[in-house]
Amino acid sequence: MAVSQPKMDGASALAGHYPAPSGAKWAHDARASAMATFMSQGAPHKRDEYWRYTDPSALTAVPTAPAALFTSDEKPMFDGVDRVRIVFVDGVFDAAQSDDLSLAGATIETLSSAVNTDIHWAKDLFGQLEKNGQNPVQRPLAALNTAVADEGLVIHVTGKCEKPLAIRYIHNAKTSDAMVHHVIKIDAGAEFTLLESGAGAARFNSVLEVDVADNAQFHHVRTQGRDHERKTVTHMFGRLGQESVLRSFTMTVNGILTRNDAILEFTGDNAQATVAGACAGDGNGFHHDDTVFVTHDSVNCESRQVFKKVLRNGATGVFQGKILVKADAQKTDGYQISQGLLLDDNSNFLAKPELEIYADDVACSHGSTVGAIDDEALFYLTSRGVPRKQAQDMLVLAFLGEAIDEINNDELADDIRDRLAAWMERRHG
Amino acid sequence: MLKIKNLQVGLEEENKQILKGVNLEIGEGEVHAIMGPNGSGKSTTSYVLAGKDGYEVTDGSATLNGEELLDMDPEERAAAGLFLAFQYPVEIPGVGNMTFLRTAVNAQRKARGEDELSAGEFLKIVRAKAKSLEIDADMLKRPVNVGFSGGEKKRNEILQMAMLEPKMCVLDETDSGLDVDAMKLVAKGVNALRDGKRSFLVITHYQRLLDHIKPDFVHIMADGRIVKSGGPELALEVENNGYADILAEVA
Repeated sequence: MAVSQPKMDGASALAGHYPAPSGAKWAHDARASAMATFMSQGAPHKRDEYWRYTDPSALTAVPTAPAALFTSDEKPMFDGVDRVRIVFVDGVFDAAQSDDLSLAGATIETLSSAVNTDIHWAKDLFGQLEKNGQNPVQRPLAALNTAVADEGLVIHVTGKCEKPLAIRYIHNAKTSDAMVHHVIKIDAGAEFTLLESGAGAARFNSVLEVDVADNAQFHHVRTQGRDHERKTVTHMFGRLGQESVLRSFTMTVNGILTRNDAILEFTGDNAQATVAGACAGDGNGFHHDDTVFVTHDSVNCESRQVFKKVLRNGATGVFQGKILVKADAQKTDGYQISQGLLLDDNSNFLAKPELEIYADDVACSHGSTVGAIDDEALFYLTSRGVPRKQAQDMLVLAFLGEAIDEINNDELADDIRDRLAAWMERRHG
Repeated sequence: MLKIKNLQVGLEEENKQILKGVNLEIGEGEVHAIMGPNGSGKSTTSYVLAGKDGYEVTDGSATLNGEELLDMDPEERAAAGLFLAFQYPVEIPGVGNMTFLRTAVNAQRKARGEDELSAGEFLKIVRAKAKSLEIDADMLKRPVNVGFSGGEKKRNEILQMAMLEPKMCVLDETDSGLDVDAMKLVAKGVNALRDGKRSFLVITHYQRLLDHIKPDFVHIMADGRIVKSGGPELALEVENNGYADILAEVA
């Protein structure tokens, strides 16, 4: 299909906007291939099938619009967790603010260092999982990221890491335009937890490629920064080996545009994956989109998609979730739920659940609901003396809690719940 | 304590009058019962007192110790000392029973300008009160009323009442859906709260609850009005003869 002129023009403008990074031949080839993919696809456009509910123009504008910095006196996310702390400022690794790149059970490098090494294991993953995830749905902004990103971490996990790696993305310049690309390889039987927090930049584009080998585990908890004017597009490409586990949770509040893509593929039997998200949006400047694509290509795997969005004052939430079960993926258990809680008549929740199943012995279910606060519950709480706003917050937190419950780490889950509660309380002073 | 004067109430969404001038006065420490056939306006009276949406008060007043309840939000009525034990307690998934109780107790204390209870103080009190109502730790941890049996839900209502220590308790068909043993347990919980000052309005279809929660006064409600008032013997009369005789007599 011919690519439309606006998509071609958009791609040219973006391609010319970011400097081409240097690297070893393998990295150069991967980037060139990604750039070719991007140019052939064109920039995303609101007429594209997977951008119909989310106008990508803020993600494709050159240069990006400035975003005001957000300041808060509260403790940084995950501050109480025993972790290896890594800081990126406006998408650039900040060694001075970071701990040493040292974690028992893993080897950590920066992307710029890894791509300049002639022989490196990352050759087999960098840009490769992203490339695999371009079919059947195009992800042009992920291809662009592979082509131009020179920042990120390259992590090889060989053992069971006791501590999580926590990346904090600080937004410090009003017009920053970040491209961050992480590659994580988790060896058979190894375990790794990645925590991410923060807005990162005025515009933040990230790709995370994670290869979870047989019996390995990847845990991921992320909170996206509260900067009101930030634009964010993230992509997680996950490949799951036999009996492996991947669990990812994202909490999003604020931001004028957030698009979180998760693309997972089961390649080994008996594996489990969960992608969950809790989102609280306020104001007609808020737009949040979760787009998930899970491909089952092996036997007896279980996938869960759990997304909850509470929206008010004209905010918009989008969910596009797909479960593709290939013909040989018997005994697949696929579950998908997306729910919008609208606190007023001006807000929108748009959901496109998709199941495409070619195997005949599977258990797949999906549900999508949209509704308002339960008046009976609200009356019950207020009749006990709980002020109406506080009662509404309790119900909102309970609603989002079902997504937060997908985090299988009580400390992290409680931290997220407490933050949400505190933010809500702050709203009404 | 509670004074209801000429209370007239309709539904907001349809042109239907439900209460057609209810008059009732409950003194300190008194227990009053309202009985009456289905659709007579008993539950509406309780909802209107508690401040539920959907009703339109067209005339009359309801004051608690001189304060007009009808001008207050539901949470203000609660803080003023009113408590409604629901006929159908609401299930609230995702909100822990204990969290809910503590939030409610502290919100009321805050509204009255009292210090909030610490987690430790609260826990101590709630455990003691829960025990006497045979509410175990598991029920306190579970989400509010979710998966509770009918009896558990009603006991949970009484636990809330015990924790909130209201001045005026309205019990809306607290006996519905309860077997005899469960009803006795609930009645025991209610009686434990009778201290000569706290007042009760017990709404019920049946006399049997009044065997266990002994009222000082019994009122018969029909077609949106209290048509007859008397002592406990009135409840027995209903039990023996049904409402038909009384209604014929006052018609």
